[in-house]
Amino acid sequence: MNYWLVIGASFFYLALLFGLASWAERRSAAGRSFVGNPYIYALSIAVYCTAWTYYGSVGRAATTGLGYLAIYIGPTLMAPLWWVVLRKIIRICRVQRITTIADFISSRYGKNVTLGSIATIVCVLGIIPYISIQLKAIASSLDILTGANEVGRSPMFGDTSFYISLGLGLFTIVYGTRHVEATERHEGMVTAIAFESLFKLVIFIVAGVFVTYGVFNGFGDIMQQATQLPDFERLMTFDSDNGFSQWFWMVVLSMLAILFLPRQFQVAVVENVNEQHLNKAMWLFPLYLFAINIFVLPIAFGGDILFGNADIDADMFVLAIPLSEGQSILALLVYLGGYSAATSMVIVATIALSVMISNNLVMPLLVGIPAIKNRYQNQFTKLLLFSRRLGILLILLLAYLYYKGVAEHYSLVEVGLVSFAAVAQFAPAIIGGIFWKEGTKNGALAGIVVGAAVWFYTLVVPSMVGVGMLPDSILEHGPLGIALLKPFELFGLQGMDYISHAMFWSMFLNVGLYIGVSLLSRQTSQERNQAEVFVDIFRYSTVFESSIVWKGTAYIPDIKSLLVNFLGEKKAEVAMKAYKRKYPEPEDETGKADPKLVTYAEKVLSGVIGSSSARIMVASVVKEEKISIDEVLNILKESQQLISINNELRRKSLELRRATEQLRSANERLKQLDELKDEFLSTVTHELRTPLTSIRALSEILYDNPEMEREDQEHFLQTIVKESERLTRLITHVLDLERFESGKQKLNLAPVQIEEVVRESVEALGQLVQEKNIDLVVDVQHNLPVISGDKDRLMQVLVNLVSNAVKFCNPEHGRIIVSGYYIDGDIKVNVVDNGKGIDPEFHKQIFDKFYQAQNQNIRKPEGSGLGLAICKKIIESHQGRIWVESEPGKGSRFSFVLPVRVNVPANV
Amino acid sequence: MSTKEKLKVLVVDDEPSILMPLEFLMRKNGYQVYIARNGTEAMESVDKERPDVVLLDIMMPDVDGYEVCRHIRQSEVMDGAKVIFMSAKTKDADIKKGYDVGADLYIPKPFSTRFLIEKIKELTKS
Repeated sequence: MNYWLVIGASFFYLALLFGLASWAERRSAAGRSFVGNPYIYALSIAVYCTAWTYYGSVGRAATTGLGYLAIYIGPTLMAPLWWVVLRKIIRICRVQRITTIADFISSRYGKNVTLGSIATIVCVLGIIPYISIQLKAIASSLDILTGANEVGRSPMFGDTSFYISLGLGLFTIVYGTRHVEATERHEGMVTAIAFESLFKLVIFIVAGVFVTYGVFNGFGDIMQQATQLPDFERLMTFDSDNGFSQWFWMVVLSMLAILFLPRQFQVAVVENVNEQHLNKAMWLFPLYLFAINIFVLPIAFGGDILFGNADIDADMFVLAIPLSEGQSILALLVYLGGYSAATSMVIVATIALSVMISNNLVMPLLVGIPAIKNRYQNQFTKLLLFSRRLGILLILLLAYLYYKGVAEHYSLVEVGLVSFAAVAQFAPAIIGGIFWKEGTKNGALAGIVVGAAVWFYTLVVPSMVGVGMLPDSILEHGPLGIALLKPFELFGLQGMDYISHAMFWSMFLNVGLYIGVSLLSRQTSQERNQAEVFVDIFRYSTVFESSIVWKGTAYIPDIKSLLVNFLGEKKAEVAMKAYKRKYPEPEDETGKADPKLVTYAEKVLSGVIGSSSARIMVASVVKEEKISIDEVLNILKESQQLISINNELRRKSLELRRATEQLRSANERLKQLDELKDEFLSTVTHELRTPLTSIRALSEILYDNPEMEREDQEHFLQTIVKESERLTRLITHVLDLERFESGKQKLNLAPVQIEEVVRESVEALGQLVQEKNIDLVVDVQHNLPVISGDKDRLMQVLVNLVSNAVKFCNPEHGRIIVSGYYIDGDIKVNVVDNGKGIDPEFHKQIFDKFYQAQNQNIRKPEGSGLGLAICKKIIESHQGRIWVESEPGKGSRFSFVLPVRVNVPANV
Repeated sequence: MSTKEKLKVLVVDDEPSILMPLEFLMRKNGYQVYIARNGTEAMESVDKERPDVVLLDIMMPDVDGYEVCRHIRQSEVMDGAKVIFMSAKTKDADIKKGYDVGADLYIPKPFSTRFLIEKIKELTKS
């Protein structure tokens, strides 16, 4: 393929990343940030999958078999633990404004400069080879694609990979060093990385599908043919000698790598905007790993089958297969996919390393030298950015040189594992640091230094031998002929592969020294303070400023000018305002700074220049007093007690509020009940007044007019009797209802036949019906099941319903139908009239007592207003239901159902 | 007012058992009696017969007594007519409202017919 076409595509892709990143940053500035999306977060974590995965997995699968899987199983096992480990680290970093893994270690152990510098050096030494293999992958893929076989072999300035490194450096500088505050998130960069993760995954799967289904006839076909390969059995089985220990150490190594690789720390911790995003990432990331691994074996075997013994690097099978099949567009895409896998790693790792170098190596040096400090008084911001940019270029240059000098001779995976082993040296100090308060600076220092030394001796030294920088005799006979010191068989340990061997010794010594020295050494008060805050971060995160114990004298103007020096006028102002919002107490009149302000300023500075440099800077402007560990612990205990008292108080006041609320609602209910009772009472007396008025008037007239005509007299007396009956009925109803409502009403249960109840009720009203000339039809099913009920009460219901029907049915052509039948386990009774009907609005209300009276001044033509309310009570005490269906002008149908097989309690 | 001319009394109530004795009572006392069983009838009767005294129930289907009273007070031809509420509503607020809409008297139910006649006479004396 045309060389310039490929180069053009590479730079076009890089330009695409530039565009994407700047688009994301513009969106973020407009308040529509991408990184608030948990999927972006999860995808950005997939920066884990570099060219190593993209090319190297296939290479490793083709040469050593299933072993390639181990480094994906580790992170998958680790993912569920993120909620415990990673969330804690994220919280600590947010609260303390920690921006790199070196700073994390330094900060935990008393903001120690030495520890930070050593961690930085280990990181740089460990990661540069890793970056270099990405450059190597880009170069080799270019070679394969163009068939040029010259990339990386020409001198530096004529070498394409050199210019690609430069391009990457440029991108990293532009999107990685925008802001001086390293805590500020690189949204553009993160969005670009997430895109790259998606891109490489899609392309790799496309390539896999092509190989599996385009070149071969599916998985089965490949596996079938692969069984013919001479190596097949070895590839598909565990090596019985040291296979298990190798697997074990690979899994451990990758579990640690997913946490502590600087680029993972960068995307998972520093760029995290919301701890909840971890929830998504915990399942999405393992899924990603699974997806990108599906086609590794088919491609590896496919390559083995196709190329046999031809001299093609197995690492490049993904690219070589489409090329050999003449699929040049697919090959170009595959190249770009690998390119994206490599660039994403390079970009993120370089940013992380550059911040480390500037904050943990350069800054402590600069601020530690008074002459420099004074000279650059107001230019620290520039100085910082400059050092970071220079750092980026330097890292890439070193990686490029390493690639030219060393990496070319090793496979992607071999070099990558060396890097993994380097960062694994941080594990004891970090894991111990967040769960074990007794871990000391000396312990961490001893563990990391010795662990890193073993790492260097057992992994780096042999690689230097490999490229001829050191004599072979070191490997074969040990340095100076001391066999016990042979790098691959340290202290005589044999039978392990070199990675397991290195991991075993380095971790053994690292962990042992960390714990041993920690137990033997004492913490300074500041170390102790940080240990408490780290381990109990979830307790302190809201009160961080008061959980850092500090005693001394500081003046507000000094603190302010310190912030201005490192942040610039504007951002310092913003920071001070944020402090005022959090702690609105008035400033001390003498201008002395509150200890909280000092802690706050130090925290803000930590985000810019790292915690140890921040410590130095703050210490230089304030007069500190010595403080003992006991004092620190006492004050912390106090602040913890304060927190728990606060919590207790909050809980108590919550309880109180709840109780008050309950009391209020109970009171409200009582009031309502009281009102209901008042209303009932006033309605009853009101209902009594009408017949009484009539009776009194009639009696008085009778008395005052003895000469009245007999006919009138009789009419009057008749009315008096009728109104007295009305009074009696009302009183009976009120008492009935009261008995039902208070639960005093007892049912006289006996077997009841509904047919009989209906018949007797209708007979009782016979005269009334005849008088009004109403056509009454009774239609009750014969042999209805007998139910258990109170016959008199049920008759009361029917009499009430039927007499209502009589009252309301059509005055001229009155017609009433009473029907009864069995349906769905119930006996249903209907009373239908052809009266004027009831507005649906009132269908519920008419069963309320005195519903008509509640309607203010408008009265409905009804009886006592209690009849239906009593019916409802009676039916409900029989476990039944009563209701009405009606429309104005279309008559009404009152129905009730009584369950047949229900044991009605005798005392309802 | 001429003694020859009979005083016109309109009795308004939706209860026949109250309407009946009151009608008798008014006639017995020499008044010209009109009756109405609801608010609408009452207003029609007011407009048509222009009674001198209206005995007015409050709770009635359709239009309530307050409304009828307002109607009377807004009518020019009814100037000087006396309105007496007779109601089972006995709360202070109800009574106050009765006077507010222009009643001359508010008699809570049940009441004495003798007291009622006395009051009618008193109100129509001048």
